[in-house]
Amino acid sequence: MTQTELPELGFLSLLRYIWRQLTSMRTALILLMMMGIAAIPGSLIPQRISNPIAVRDFFAAHPTRAQWYDRFSLFDVYGSSWFSAIYILLFISLIGCVLPRTVEHFRAMRAEPPATPRNLNRLEQHQIFEGNGTELAEATRWFKKKRFRIRQGMQDISAEKGYLRETGNLFFHLSLILILIGVGFGSLFGMRGEAIVNVGERFINVPTSYDSLALGKLTNDLNASPFVIEVNDFVATYNPKTNAATDYSMNVTTTDEDQVREQLVKVNKPLTFGDTRVYLQANGYAPIVTVRDSTGSVVFQGPVTFLPQDGNLRSIGSIKVPDANPQVGFVASLLPTYQRSESDGGISVYPELLRPKMLFSVWSGDLGLDSGVPQSVYRIDTTEMTNLGLGSLSVGETFQYPGGTITLEKIIPWVNLQIVDDPGKSYALFGGIAAILGLIFSLYGRRRRIWVRINGTQVEVAALSKNNAPGLEKEIAELVAHLKGNA
Amino acid sequence: MDKSWAYISNYSIYVAMAIFALSFLAHAFETAFAVRAPKNADTTEGTLLTKTLDYGRTEKAARVATVLMVLATVALAFGVIARGLSNGHVPWGNMYEFSITGALTFVAAYLVALRKYDLRWLGLFISFSVLLTLGTAITLLYRDSAPLVPALKSTWLVIHVVAAIISGGIFLLANVVAGAYLYLENAESKGGRPGWAFRVPTLDVLDQLSYRLVAFVFPLWTFSVIAGAIWAEAAWGRYWGWDPKETWAFITWVAYAAYLHARVTVGWRGKRAAWLCIFAGSTFLFNYVYINIWGTGKHTYSGL
Ligand code: HEM
Repeated sequence: MTQTELPELGFLSLLRYIWRQLTSMRTALILLMMMGIAAIPGSLIPQRISNPIAVRDFFAAHPTRAQWYDRFSLFDVYGSSWFSAIYILLFISLIGCVLPRTVEHFRAMRAEPPATPRNLNRLEQHQIFEGNGTELAEATRWFKKKRFRIRQGMQDISAEKGYLRETGNLFFHLSLILILIGVGFGSLFGMRGEAIVNVGERFINVPTSYDSLALGKLTNDLNASPFVIEVNDFVATYNPKTNAATDYSMNVTTTDEDQVREQLVKVNKPLTFGDTRVYLQANGYAPIVTVRDSTGSVVFQGPVTFLPQDGNLRSIGSIKVPDANPQVGFVASLLPTYQRSESDGGISVYPELLRPKMLFSVWSGDLGLDSGVPQSVYRIDTTEMTNLGLGSLSVGETFQYPGGTITLEKIIPWVNLQIVDDPGKSYALFGGIAAILGLIFSLYGRRRRIWVRINGTQVEVAALSKNNAPGLEKEIAELVAHLKGNA
Repeated sequence: MDKSWAYISNYSIYVAMAIFALSFLAHAFETAFAVRAPKNADTTEGTLLTKTLDYGRTEKAARVATVLMVLATVALAFGVIARGLSNGHVPWGNMYEFSITGALTFVAAYLVALRKYDLRWLGLFISFSVLLTLGTAITLLYRDSAPLVPALKSTWLVIHVVAAIISGGIFLLANVVAGAYLYLENAESKGGRPGWAFRVPTLDVLDQLSYRLVAFVFPLWTFSVIAGAIWAEAAWGRYWGWDPKETWAFITWVAYAAYLHARVTVGWRGKRAAWLCIFAGSTFLFNYVYINIWGTGKHTYSGL
């Protein structure tokens, strides 16, 4: 295009030009390949949505590289503007391609098949033989029996079959749009949160019960009514040889709109409250301890959630006693099946509570709870504190330190519940099913045209298949045999 | 765990490997001696050669090779089933089990296809690939029979994994064909096929065959990905989380969609299409090998 031609290219025709480019097959192919390639970095670089801790570690290990990665959203690939740009363009291209084709296909389906071309001998399947004049009628019968759509001429028939292929193809592409709508709907109007609940305690579905809660961009409250889950019992079984978990089950009493039910939750069997589902996500232990001051009065009592560190549920946690004077804290680890190891000290060799032991150090001073800086419940900042010694406790034992005592009463399990509401998932599922059905028709369907023409006593048969679908040869042989058999 | 079934399973796998090795030798013999290359003949026309060459010479070897393949497959199937019995669950709990089941579907796909097409020229590659897979599995990936981790206890495991393994077997078969295409295309452009490859169909047939294989399993792969999403929803509370395994399943899906588009809508054929097919197949292999063993994420069932 030369300079002088440019001004003539008006705004509208420019738009039309861009649209035509965007919806061309070549662009669709390029966008598809770009989509595949764009998905790669997110599987090799840790992502914030799935593994925030690994991202933090990456920042610590390679600060400059991490900054550059971050500039290109490489830690949030699937939410990044460039990834979105690719799939949005792809879907615009898809819509621009599929909608006109749908309209066209709809018309073609109701129109007659195209007329018989003059030169049949150029087609892939072509035969001529001597007939007796009844062939046209016989062919019509045969086509009708095989449910071809036909166009009857004076001396010829044009028959077509296999529109389902195109229908399936359009159906498939349209259902991809439905999947995208489902995914988008879920992320805008859904919610997802987690809560740790000790066995024997209750979870009430209100925002304050959650340890973490993420609402969709257009969600402003929990979607479900405030149901209650009381965790009565939790059992995990392990394989004694590999120490891997073999099964989890959790017994709960749920209250939902005045309906009280006993239910059993397993890993692949979540609880359902309307659209909200509750999953059993993880488990761990919480020691119940009693801390007394030097006068013997209780300054702290209750379960403290410990965080598992390995497959044998070695867990760490902290017991903070702000009501003691001065304040006291215990930096502790809990070993469900305690064993001494030469190199690592106390370790756990099995995830069940076979020989539980709590090891800890005692600190006194300022716990820093009033400083305003948010603190991990599992750790204590001991910079302002003095160490009063080390201790270890089995269940039922009491340890004395300068200024008080601590008793390990009992160890109870806790469960981590994941509470999810995804209002888009049924659309996505529906789209997925429709996509498979559409694909089956699209890829297994055979669209072909067959023509029969009579010329004096000569019978001419020819056929054409789209996409070289196999089997046409056989079909033609069948038709010809039928016509000859009746001759 | 039932020790004796585990023992029987291992034993069957070794027996299968021995028979596959014999089948490989028979195929090699057949490939080497089936066709005597005519001197100075125009070797670009596969059909021409059928007239000038005598297939009867090694028909016996070919039959023996195929019979051995069937026997080996039966032994392998027995080994896979026995593995399942020893575990008390379907034998898809770790990478060793995925591999032996994958090898089984790969060779079974070949044997089924053999009933319809003359694919015996592929037998050499097939027996070799299966031997390699089983050898790697039993030496590097072997783990004692063990119960499943809880998230794997689901009927969706059976459905999702069966679909994925079958798709994988056929994707790899398509890759073998596309690889054969590229090799022979190169050979022919340099003057002619090597003698052993006279029997292999024409380039056009190979080109179509790899497309047919992909078009045939693409819906199944789509189904496998969706079944995985349904399972993930039940087990983890989300149907899609861009976990590395999921991401690569998606990449494979998109790559094959691109391949189908390139062929059907843009009209790619031959070399370019074969390369794209091989690229798409590599994403599947990458997912299986790299992400299973070294990847992080929720799909860490390799047992390694
Ligand atoms: C998410 C992206 C897309 C996916 C996964 C996808 C997938 C597919 C598949 C699997 C086929 C079947 C190929 C065959 O018949 O062998 C196909 C065919 C086709 N697609 Fe797409 N497609 C996508 C986007 C698009 C776009 C953007 C366009 C238009 C610009 C398009 C237009 C077509 C056309 C025209 C056919 C040919 C159907 C035929 O003649 O048989 N597709 N697509």
